[in-house]
Amino acid sequence: MSVPKYWRIIPHYYRLEGTICKNCGYKTPLIRKICPNCGSDDVERVRLPREGEVYSYTVVYSPPEGFERHNPYVIGLIKLKDGTKILGQIVDVDPEEVKIGLKVRMTFRRISVDGKSGIIQYGYKFKPVK
Amino acid sequence: MVSVYITGVGMTKIDKHWDTTVSELASEALRIALNEAGMESVDAVFVGNMLSGIVNSQENLASLVVSYAGLYGTPAFKVEAACASGAAAIASAFISLKSGMFKDVAVVGVEKMSDETSVEGITRALATAADSEYELYHGVSFTALNALIMQRYSYEFNVKPEDYGLWSIQMHKNATMNPYAQLRFEITMEKYLSSQWISKPIRFMDCSPVGDGAAALILSSKKPKDSPIEIAGVGMATDKFQSFLREDLLTLAAAKIAAKRAYNMANIRPEDIDMVEVHDAFTIMGVLSLEALGLAERGEGIELLKNGDIKPDGTIPTNLAGGLKARGHPVGATGVYQVAELSLQLRGTPVGVKLDNPNIGVALNLGGLASNCYVTVLKGE
Repeated sequence: MSVPKYWRIIPHYYRLEGTICKNCGYKTPLIRKICPNCGSDDVERVRLPREGEVYSYTVVYSPPEGFERHNPYVIGLIKLKDGTKILGQIVDVDPEEVKIGLKVRMTFRRISVDGKSGIIQYGYKFKPVK
Repeated sequence: MVSVYITGVGMTKIDKHWDTTVSELASEALRIALNEAGMESVDAVFVGNMLSGIVNSQENLASLVVSYAGLYGTPAFKVEAACASGAAAIASAFISLKSGMFKDVAVVGVEKMSDETSVEGITRALATAADSEYELYHGVSFTALNALIMQRYSYEFNVKPEDYGLWSIQMHKNATMNPYAQLRFEITMEKYLSSQWISKPIRFMDCSPVGDGAAALILSSKKPKDSPIEIAGVGMATDKFQSFLREDLLTLAAAKIAAKRAYNMANIRPEDIDMVEVHDAFTIMGVLSLEALGLAERGEGIELLKNGDIKPDGTIPTNLAGGLKARGHPVGATGVYQVAELSLQLRGTPVGVKLDNPNIGVALNLGGLASNCYVTVLKGE
């Protein structure tokens, strides 16, 4: 990933920030200047909850370029406590133990490394609540 | 009001065409369609393609295709809507004829995937149909997004792996009769169940293959004398782009709206449809496509498989030429293959199983995770 592209989204990757619309109340994990739901520009940044549960999941055995060394790994569709859904890896768990409904919490991790001279990308993943 | 007819069809076999470039492949299908229509030129060419920039390092593709086809000077457009690029090109061509600006145009869908030789590379390229910042960032492949849907569908409706297997088995069977299909062999349930995980619960045998192919149509606003095939309805819609923003992960909302729009334009109801070509890039998408077209309620698409309704002699013959699963899925070409297959079936000269006098065929082409959907309704005489 290019540095400017990564840099723009750091508030989301590092702090799980999204956007809430003051016109229609639509809340999204995306960082946007215009509400995707109603088109209003009366929006502000919002921090999303750190905890939620697994809504769906998959174990990836054929990863895209850049993720080969994690193979296999779990991707979860997480329903956060406020009802917002978000994607992320589920770590610190045996893939066989991941189930729909599993309670998870955000954790800050390394996501991927762009070769020998590229940037190291960080961001959120999720781990089971013990 | 101008009507739009299909007057020529051309297809190449879907395969690994190592010795052909993306533009050359497109021009081959285009020349076959032109010859079939008995034409030497058209007013414009619409090229449906997704990956020429990433996989073939070639943009400005439409102009290059025109030069390979020996049609210097012809206006040309490349239309991109991920896996629905083919149908998006048909829709654009349809609109151009409806406007009255053009009288005869060509549509060619093409994808040359084998120029990318690594599995990780093509996985990465296909994944660009999803959001690079909010989805791919986490190591999500396109298969993984579909797997999230399949996992949830199986959970909510208690679907077993064997149920999805019925889809793959039927598609492979249909493809054995299609000379243009990529995978012309039958598979067994045992082979389906023992195939490796790609992104659990998606197995290798749930997935459409990687291949090269091009399909072309000549569209005209002049009604042909013999067996006119009309594009009677076209419907399009977009959905919330990211998987995680969908209120209902298990409904292809944009496909549903696109179908309603196309049916309204063609003045048909789901009960009138004689056959469908749906977008089974993965078995789960085949099932959800049937639901989106109004042929089954939410969660009941799987019953159509279990009851044998999708077979050629069933109530709703589906993917008679093998579908994406076995005909193949050269992404930007798929939507054009679907419509080409339906029109040949309506003419009575199908490339696969022959139906008895079908009159109405419907194609559903999904772009991305069904974030950009196109439905095309064809009517025979």
